Amino acid sequence: MGKRVLLIEDEPNIIEALSFILSRDGWTVHTHEDGTTAMRKVLAMPPDMIILDVMLPGRSGFDILRDLRATDVTKNIPVMMLTARGQEKDRELAQRLGANHFMTKPFSNTEVRDYVRNFMEA
Amino acid sequence: MLEELALVTQRLAGSRIREKRLDRGLRQAAVAETVGISPSYLNLIEHNRRRIGGKLLSDIARVLGVEPALLVDGADADMLDQMRHAASQFEADLPAKVEVARAEEMAARYPGWGALIVAQSERIAALGGQVQALSDRMSHDPQLAGSLHDVITAVSAIRSAAQILVGPEKLDEDWQRRFHENIHNDSLRLANSSEALVAYLEAPDADIDQADPAEQLERYLAKTGFHLAPLEAPDADLQKLVADSGLRDGAKALLESQATQYLKDAALLPLAGFEDACRVRNYNPAALAQAFQASFATVLRRLASLPTGQGHPPIGMAACDAAGVLTLVKPVPGFALPRTGGACPLWPLYAALNRPAQPIRLEVALPGSSATRLLCYAIADTRPSPRFDVPTPVQSTMLVMPDPPETASIAQPVGVSCRICPRANCASRREPAMKGVRVETAL
Repeated sequence: MGKRVLLIEDEPNIIEALSFILSRDGWTVHTHEDGTTAMRKVLAMPPDMIILDVMLPGRSGFDILRDLRATDVTKNIPVMMLTARGQEKDRELAQRLGANHFMTKPFSNTEVRDYVRNFMEA
Repeated sequence: MLEELALVTQRLAGSRIREKRLDRGLRQAAVAETVGISPSYLNLIEHNRRRIGGKLLSDIARVLGVEPALLVDGADADMLDQMRHAASQFEADLPAKVEVARAEEMAARYPGWGALIVAQSERIAALGGQVQALSDRMSHDPQLAGSLHDVITAVSAIRSAAQILVGPEKLDEDWQRRFHENIHNDSLRLANSSEALVAYLEAPDADIDQADPAEQLERYLAKTGFHLAPLEAPDADLQKLVADSGLRDGAKALLESQATQYLKDAALLPLAGFEDACRVRNYNPAALAQAFQASFATVLRRLASLPTGQGHPPIGMAACDAAGVLTLVKPVPGFALPRTGGACPLWPLYAALNRPAQPIRLEVALPGSSATRLLCYAIADTRPSPRFDVPTPVQSTMLVMPDPPETASIAQPVGVSCRICPRANCASRREPAMKGVRVETAL
């Protein structure tokens, strides 16, 4: 079984497209759509990497990232933020909270795939 | 009235001569000798105890290097304050220093250019407000943010699915069909989101107000002279007045609140009787409050809302909350407070906040050669709090009457704002005056 990527995203068609390209690249992709219960999902089975949308129902991706970095078992998991808001202040906030990468929608599949590949193989 | 005005300006010619002479570092005796008069006579002129005109005025103007008109007419004090305020706003961005010390000369010699500077400064402030409103809207408008998010999300999903379909790797038929369906569904969603976005941006209520709600309210009230005639009638329809105002959102809510207070005040002090009483009692708020058994704050508000064109004197007003934030300003000649940058804290409006419920009567004097004097009445009143342990809302109201009669009392020195205030040893100064403001040695 390949390394696990957890995709926390609420848009079904984006989930399907990203799951497809990452699975095809050899990663085991788990998905979760709700911000409120996302931490529970992470703690139940800590993944090797997280792709985290900012605008989620229940809790924002920034709040989840803050919790991830404050929790021992999750603080070192690489996190790539995915957002429709490409404002500089969001990018700065993500960086300050400890995101490893920040990618704005609409993204390129190749870019996502290469980034995950680099992280997993590093 | 014009004759009175001429007398006042003439009276101040001496002050201007003194100011210009001191500016240029000339001794009184030297100037007097040059123009052929005694130093004591020039001293009387400079203290406005002798009128001056004709050849002597021209001679003194020549020695001082200014136009005679500048000494006689001076410059409009409001325009000067606005010009200095404009300079304080932009001085950091200019390649050359603004000759603030020569503002009066500029305004007196070229009043048209002065008016242009003021108008441009106001226009820039309005445009700045518009940009801020647009920026706030882009950042915080939930409807716009939601629409844009929908569009970008749909575009992302379409792009991702399309990239998979056109990629070099072969897909089985099931996956192909699924991604085609996804693209189809997302394209429909994109069409709807885009349509909603365009409709929102083109909607008539999508106009951006250039001013904040308080400024919009003041602009509306200024058009009425702060007198809401429809609310004076026995069958006043407050909702109609608000609906007819053309104001929206925050400004509309402010007008509704203002009009509700106005209606209560008008019921307590009906216009006809109040106007007569004002004339009889010489617009004295204390006497009026006693005559009508009304609160001081109510009387101040009614005085500020007297109709124009009925022979009443000009009466200005300002109101602020417990934080000192101006909630309403009715300017009159010689009196205006800046909405941005912070007003001078020496106005009785703010002193009243420290002494709630105690009426204050104070004559104040503005800096500069015009030495404008204003008679102020202020009071801070509280509204009952609806719950325990909740701070009581406080509002301070100040009435301003220009040109009070001459008295022996010393007027409290005040300013417009620290940036353009020349007073040197003011204990209440919160920031230094901008470069070029000529600093006076004493309050």
